[in-house]
Amino acid sequence: MGNGGLSPENLERARGIVALYPEPRSALIPLCHLAQAEHGYLTAGAMEDIAELVGCSPAEVGGTASFYDMLHLEPVGRYVVAVCTNIACMLAGAYEVLAHAERRLGVRTGQTSHDGTFTLEEAECLAGCDKAVCVQVNHRFFGPIDADGFDRLVDDLVAGRLADVVPSHGVLSRVHREVGLTARQAKAGREAGKSEEAGQSDETAGRIGS
Amino acid sequence: MITEHPRIVTSRMGYDDSYTLERYLATGGYEGLRKALTMTPEQVHEEVNAASLLGRGGAGFAAGRKWSMKRADATTYLVVNGDESEPATFKDHLLIERDPHQIVEGTVIAAYAVGASAAFIFCRGEFALGYERLLQACNDAYRYGALGAGILGTDYSLDLVIHPGAGAYICGEETALLESLEGRRGFPRIKPPYFPAAIGLYGQPTIVNNVETMSNLPWIILNGGAEFASFGQGSSAGTRLFALSGHVERPGWYELEMSKTTFRDLIYDKSLGGGVRGARELKAFIPGGVSAPWFFPEHLDMGLDQDAVGKAGSMLGSGSVVVMDETACPVRVAWRITRFFARESCGQCTPCREGSGWVEKVLRRLEDGYGREEDLDLLLDTLDNIAPGLGWPPKQTTICVLGPSIPSSVVSGISRFRDEFLVHVKEGGCPMPPDEVRHG
Repeated sequence: MGNGGLSPENLERARGIVALYPEPRSALIPLCHLAQAEHGYLTAGAMEDIAELVGCSPAEVGGTASFYDMLHLEPVGRYVVAVCTNIACMLAGAYEVLAHAERRLGVRTGQTSHDGTFTLEEAECLAGCDKAVCVQVNHRFFGPIDADGFDRLVDDLVAGRLADVVPSHGVLSRVHREVGLTARQAKAGREAGKSEEAGQSDETAGRIGS
Repeated sequence: MITEHPRIVTSRMGYDDSYTLERYLATGGYEGLRKALTMTPEQVHEEVNAASLLGRGGAGFAAGRKWSMKRADATTYLVVNGDESEPATFKDHLLIERDPHQIVEGTVIAAYAVGASAAFIFCRGEFALGYERLLQACNDAYRYGALGAGILGTDYSLDLVIHPGAGAYICGEETALLESLEGRRGFPRIKPPYFPAAIGLYGQPTIVNNVETMSNLPWIILNGGAEFASFGQGSSAGTRLFALSGHVERPGWYELEMSKTTFRDLIYDKSLGGGVRGARELKAFIPGGVSAPWFFPEHLDMGLDQDAVGKAGSMLGSGSVVVMDETACPVRVAWRITRFFARESCGQCTPCREGSGWVEKVLRRLEDGYGREEDLDLLLDTLDNIAPGLGWPPKQTTICVLGPSIPSSVVSGISRFRDEFLVHVKEGGCPMPPDEVRHG
């Protein structure tokens, strides 16, 4: 599908993800992450693909995705920089870091820089309170971060020194599931009276293990 | 006091490669599961009952009892809650990132005991590295034979799916988590039924347990429930992973024996918190996540004990302790906590959706110097509409407990530091702005 749909490789991967769940709709959020990994945000075409894969309308995909902070319906920067300002980080000066981040990146919180490199967000607690002030870049952790530390972090990102640690925005995981539902397949195989091939048959596509 | 006890859930934290299958196997990994599979599911359940293991998610409900509530049905599910989002709580984050196999092993043990047809681990989306490690652990566990068909050479089979969240505090609420796992907005479900054990995922009986709860199971099976219960005291059995943050010298995670260790130990002991930062005075501390009412210096000698903290009018909750020193502004802290609830309210229930926003605005104007003396009563009156009576445990006017959690910080602040709230009115703003504040 044009208009920013999923690539053939990702469509294949998406079908594998749908097959993991008792109900296809459960794959909606994992597939949104997959689409963001490809495009950096949820394109209209990707939402159409996801809708078809999980059996709902594209509007339902958008309506679900809009509930979640990590899913973006509009383009964001290559690096989404999120400064936590919740209690532990606030007590450690998070609002100073956030104000510094706005000056350094030349954007207000919530905006994307003109060159599309950085989006700055104010985050709720990221569960890194022992390393306050805690910052995430594309959901990879850095901390404790002060104003100087923030400048070094941005310098490193711009210079490409963190390429191994911080994938491009939307890539939630560089590890993928490699093993199918072998328990379900074996059970389906026993029930079908033959061993291995039956695991692939259509009638096993229903509930896991039921 | 600091007691001698085994490290039950943090035994591998000293290894850089603690998250790998190789390290896990070299340090006794999957031996608990091996033993569990020689027992009947009922025997496994009995060990967990004997351990008096309280759920480590925040509500503190006995894990074994929760399992007993499951409706008998051919299709049942186990869902592990790794959506840790309660502010200042970071212990599940540690367990997911640093010892994912321990969670997987505990999950298989629990699934075996409750007869689950399939298991899911719901991992908070923002834990990208943790999610990668859980996925890797899942792949490796299948290959090793700890998941899938014929686990560890027995005829027990189980499939596990690692499911990513996408950023919503409310999905830590177990029925919202199930909605999210079904591919929908994270709206908590109307109760009753009170427990997904009756009607859960896809309408089927479902046990929802926390990541730390699962992480305790391999040790409990290997060493026995009675041995686990010999640590701690009464209903607060075993050790627990405490997350310490805020104005302390040594913020971090500490696995401690429950009940016998005190808040003073946790905050001041040199091997633990190391005292208030810069040797300042302790002003207040939050004993169990931002939903909990605050404690003060007079509570320091209380044990880290669920019942004792409950009787004193707060909760041990998620095991996260936030320390505030004398420079902390109670208006500002209450504002930031309320702002969090306002942002994370799912919007279904009017008292929570509207109340959180208004309380945040009034606190904000107090902090900024536009407040009035009457605002204190206005705040309490508004909060009373969310949790009538403002007592503890709070009364509920909403579908889930996010709403009743809103008053805790504000009521604590006004009750204890009323003068400081009023100074904001008299002096036209915060007398102690520790850093640059702005509207977000």
